[in-house]
Amino acid sequence: MDNQLNHSQLITDNSQLTTHKMIQLKNIEKVYRTDTIETLALSSINLDIAKGEFLSIMGPSGCGKSTLLNIMGLLDAPSKGDIRISDQKTDHLSDKQLAQFRNKKLGFIFQSYHLINDLQVLDNVELPLLYRDTTAKERRQLATEALAKVGLSNRIKHFPTQLSGGQRQRVAIARAIVGRPEIILADEPTGNLDSAMGNEIMDILINLNRNEGTTIVMVTHDENMAHKTHRLVRLFDGSQVQ
Amino acid sequence: MLKNYFKIAIAVLRRRKFFTFISLFGISLTLTVLMVLTAFIEKLTNPVYPGDKNNRSLYITRLTYTSKKGWINSSGSSFYFLTHYAGSLKTPVKMAIVSSNSSSNAYVNNKKVVIDIRYTNAHLWDVANYQFIEGKPYTIDQINRADRVAVISERTRNEYFGEGATVVGKFIEADNINYRITGVIKNVPELEEVFYANMYLPYTVSKKDYRDKGFQGDYSAVLLAPSEQLLEKMRAEYEQMTARIPLPDKAFDTLHSNADTYFETYSRPFFGKADNNGYVRFIVFISLFVLLFMLLPTVNLVNVNITRIMERSSEIGVRKAFGASSKTLVYQFIIENIILTILGGIIGIILTVIILQVINRSGLIADLDLTVNPIVLLYSLLACLFFGLLSGVYPAWRMSRLNVVTALKAQ
Repeated sequence: MDNQLNHSQLITDNSQLTTHKMIQLKNIEKVYRTDTIETLALSSINLDIAKGEFLSIMGPSGCGKSTLLNIMGLLDAPSKGDIRISDQKTDHLSDKQLAQFRNKKLGFIFQSYHLINDLQVLDNVELPLLYRDTTAKERRQLATEALAKVGLSNRIKHFPTQLSGGQRQRVAIARAIVGRPEIILADEPTGNLDSAMGNEIMDILINLNRNEGTTIVMVTHDENMAHKTHRLVRLFDGSQVQ
Repeated sequence: MLKNYFKIAIAVLRRRKFFTFISLFGISLTLTVLMVLTAFIEKLTNPVYPGDKNNRSLYITRLTYTSKKGWINSSGSSFYFLTHYAGSLKTPVKMAIVSSNSSSNAYVNNKKVVIDIRYTNAHLWDVANYQFIEGKPYTIDQINRADRVAVISERTRNEYFGEGATVVGKFIEADNINYRITGVIKNVPELEEVFYANMYLPYTVSKKDYRDKGFQGDYSAVLLAPSEQLLEKMRAEYEQMTARIPLPDKAFDTLHSNADTYFETYSRPFFGKADNNGYVRFIVFISLFVLLFMLLPTVNLVNVNITRIMERSSEIGVRKAFGASSKTLVYQFIIENIILTILGGIIGIILTVIILQVINRSGLIADLDLTVNPIVLLYSLLACLFFGLLSGVYPAWRMSRLNVVTALKAQ
C-alpha cells in the first residue's frame, strides 16, 4: 500500500477530533423475546461518538457488540433508549426514510463481505448509488474512483468469487465509501483474514478516517487492531465496562 | 437501474438452471396450450373462408322435439321443413341448404381417395363465398333437371386427377355414379361444419327422397340477412314462425329449431340446450378453464420464487442496509419475475408456432390453417405480464418484510 501508516501514532493522535457528536446513544436496551424466554442483549448503553472518531468495540462472543453496531446502523431497533445521528432523532423514521437515511449517512462493512456474487466488482460497488438520483455514468465514475482508493482498479470486471478474501473486503470497503457517507460501521472487517491482509484493510480504514474525516465504528476481536483506533469500548454481557 | 435488475435477473436464472428450467417450462407450456387453444377458438368463432358473410348469417342445424316426460329427439332438419317453413321468411335474401357429410370411396390407380359429399341447393354459392380455381358452380336449371354435375375441392382434384390438372367437363366417379365437374374450389377447412366438403352435388341427385314431409332429416340451412343490422330481426322472425308450426308427432310437446349465429352453433350443443344458446356458459367455462390452467404454473412459480428468495436473503440484507426500501425491493423482484415470464412467453410463442405448423401439416383436421395472429400474440403477452405480477407479488412482499439483520445472518 502507498499509504502505509505509522500505527503507533494513531493510538494517541486524537487531535483531529471535534467536539461535534456524530452518534449519540442514550440508555440503549435491547431485549430479545420468545414465547418462553427473554434475553437481555444490551443494557443501559450510553455512548457518544465524535465526528471523525475511529472507535472500536471489543468483547467476548455474544456480549452484544454486533447488536450494538446494528442499532447504530439503524438495521435493528432498540427496545428502549434514543439514538441520534448527526443530531437527528431516528426513532420516528418510516421504512422509506430509514432507507434514505442509511443510504446517505452510513456505510457498512461486514466480516463475510456480503458481496453479490452474481454481479461484477464494479456493479457491486455501484449498489448504494442505485438508490440515489444518479446517472449510470456518474455511478460508474464514482465506483471506479472508490475502487482506485482501495487499489482494485484492475479488478473491476471480475466477479467476487474470482478474488481473494482481502480483495473481497477491499471491494466491500469501496462499496461502503462510494456514496461518501459520514459514518462507516465495520463488523469484524478483518475477522476472516490473515494478519497481513488484516493490516492492509486496517490501513485503508485508518487512511479513510484520517484523510476524509469519516467516522468509523469497528467491532473487533483483535486487540492489536483495536489499539490502532482512537478509542476502545469494551462490552461484557450487554453492558459497557470500559 | 433497470439494466442492473436485468443483469441480476439473468445471473439468478443462470445460477440455478434446474429451477429456471422448471419455471420456464411451466410458463411456456401453459402459454403454448393457451395459444394453441386460442388459435382454434379464433378459427371457430371468426368468419373465415368461405363463411366470410357470417356476420349476417344464421345457421339452422338442429331440430329437436321434447316431451314433458323428458323424451328428447334431436337431428338435422328435412329439406321439406327448410324450404316450406324457413323458406317462407321475408327477411332473408338467400337460404343455402346443405346436407350433412357422407363419405364415399373412389379408387384411382389402386389408391383409395376418400370423398366427403354434400348435397346442396344453388343458393349455397351465394351465401358462402367459395373461391373457384376453375369453372363455376352448378345452376338452378341443372339442379332442377337433376343433372349429375359436381363441384369438387382442389384436394380431391389433386388426389383424383393429379396435381394442377384441368378438370372442368371431366367425369368423377363416386358411389358408382359419374358426375361431370363444373368447377373446382379452394379447399375449405374441415372445422367449417356446414360449408366443408370435397364434393358438392345438387340435392336432386341424392338417393334420399328430399320430398319427404317429415320435419327431421339430415339437412342444415344458412339464412343470409340483407345486412348485419337485420340479423336479429331475421332471428325473431324465425322464432315467431317456429312457435306457430303444428307438431307432427303427438308423442312430443315442443319443437325447437333455432336460427343461431356461427358461434352459437358450437356453444349450443356443448353448453346449451334446445332453448338456451349456451353462450354465457361457454364464456364462463372457458374463463374458468383458463384461470385454473394458469393458476397451476403460477402457484408453482410462487413456490420456486420463495425458495429463490431465501437463497438471496444475504443480497436482500445488503440492499436494505445500503438504502433500498421495501417498496424498491418489491419493484426489483417483480421486474425480475416479469423478465422471467417474458422469457417463458417468448419460448411459448416459438413452441406455439412450431406446434401450429405441425397441426396444419399433419392433416389431422383437413385444410386447417391455424395461425398466431396479432390478437392472440397480444393476449399472450398480457398473460405473461399477468403471470409475472401474480407470481411475483407475494414472494416479493415476503422478501421485503425480511428483517435486515436476520437476512444478513443467513448465508
